[in-house]
Amino acid sequence: MAYSDKVLDHYKNPRNVGSLPKDDPNVGTGLVGAPECGDVMKLQMRINPQTEVIEDAKFKTFGCGSAIASSSLATEWVKGKTVDEALQIKNVEIVKELNLPPVKIHCSVLAEDAIKAALADYRKKRAPAQQPAATPAD
Amino acid sequence: MALKLPIYMDNHATTPVDPRVVEAMLPYFTNQFGNAASRNHPFGWEAEKAVETAREQIAALIHASPKEIIFTSGATESDNLAIKGVAEMYREKGNHIITMVIEHKAVLDTCKRLEKYGYQVTYLPVAKDGRIDLDDLRRAITPKTILISIMYANNEIGVLQPIEEIGRIAKEHKVLFHTDATQAVGKIPFDVEKFNVDLASLSAHKMYGPKGVGALYVRRKNPRVQVAPLIDGGGHERGMRSGTLNVPSIVGFGKACEIARAEMPAEMERMRGLRERLQNNLFGRLDEVYINGSMEHRLPNNLNISFAYVEGESLLMGINDIAVSSGSACTSATLEPSYVLKALGVGEDLAHTSIRFGLGRFNTDEEVDYVADRVVETVTRLRELSPLYEMAKEGVDLKSMQWKTD
Repeated sequence: MAYSDKVLDHYKNPRNVGSLPKDDPNVGTGLVGAPECGDVMKLQMRINPQTEVIEDAKFKTFGCGSAIASSSLATEWVKGKTVDEALQIKNVEIVKELNLPPVKIHCSVLAEDAIKAALADYRKKRAPAQQPAATPAD
Repeated sequence: MALKLPIYMDNHATTPVDPRVVEAMLPYFTNQFGNAASRNHPFGWEAEKAVETAREQIAALIHASPKEIIFTSGATESDNLAIKGVAEMYREKGNHIITMVIEHKAVLDTCKRLEKYGYQVTYLPVAKDGRIDLDDLRRAITPKTILISIMYANNEIGVLQPIEEIGRIAKEHKVLFHTDATQAVGKIPFDVEKFNVDLASLSAHKMYGPKGVGALYVRRKNPRVQVAPLIDGGGHERGMRSGTLNVPSIVGFGKACEIARAEMPAEMERMRGLRERLQNNLFGRLDEVYINGSMEHRLPNNLNISFAYVEGESLLMGINDIAVSSGSACTSATLEPSYVLKALGVGEDLAHTSIRFGLGRFNTDEEVDYVADRVVETVTRLRELSPLYEMAKEGVDLKSMQWKTD
């Protein structure tokens, strides 16, 4: 399979690889996917609680080149955005930017899920009292 | 000597044609272009003579008689001809076939088609080492069993089945025994008499011959085996496979067998040496690497390894100047990880991280060292990127985690 130049670039030079302290109240962590499916993404963001601006983002991904590229791109895009702005990022934008073929669309979906999961984790940490504990996942 | 890139180490997929084979084939494209079935002029006689020489060379390699070699387009056709041909020819005797879950798709899909036509098929499981249990085989045989089809060497993990014992059991029960010997012939000794094989599928391009030509060995005595043809026409190949013979390729196939026969003992040793070098290099420098399938019962040129926490396709992407294969779902057309590894009980998580190394006649020590360096470097880099490796190092039990899947 031929990869787009952008996928290759992110694969060779992934942006923002690493981890943030997951117990920090200002850090949201999203862990999505499953080893059996061949894709696991961990996306973390440090958010300024006053401004709600995402000041730092880190990722680690187990998966194909497109999965690595999608999560690497996601960290680039969320940095500097507010939480509400980051929640607007759609997987189709990642598909377009990286020129992903149809069989790799699930990689972009996973990256969108990772952003949402990380921000949900942050919100849960910041306002534990406002979140009823028994809310089902979906 | 400078290394020439990319390096080819995927010799279970196909092999380059040996230059000596090419040389033997060339005259049969130009001056000696006759149809082997032309009986009334020298062009035909020459072609026929060349085909008969090839038949002898192939038969000699597998300890058969030349008359027992039926030329086909390759091992897929040979598997189809053996299984469908026996199913049709012996329908009166029974409708039960025994095969194995890690057969090549050419066997499995052929059996699945026969199931649609009312045949019953038993798919024997394999143990963690990739081999069948002979008691399972004995128990599966019924008075309706007409054929046992079990491969000799597997194309993904190189594991060898206990072929001699299978042949003995088949003979005791008077059931025909077909083996897909595609990966084994030319690489390790294969003897249709010693193994009591009744039908065997062979392919030229897996043993440094050309693509598009193969053979089916069909036993002629004790017992005399008959197969109904898939292709009807001019009655070539004793009526079992019509169609004008592909003379240049058949000549090449014969030459490839002759070379394999002469060089096999030395080549087997060399392959073992290269594989050991690769294995020691990888295992000495990386943790959490696992071999899939038995090392004891295995082709000398195969190594199938799971590199835990590193997805196979991303690993292939990092070693893009090396040609190898992965059992990862992302590299397959079905988006499912390898059914062979699954049948061995390798978890899907590890199946996604598997790489098949297929060493061949033209690989060198220097190439092996280069491949090992590149794999170690890429696995190390990708593990730094892997959340699973990080979690495993922190002591998280990945198996007991609740993963969110859709």
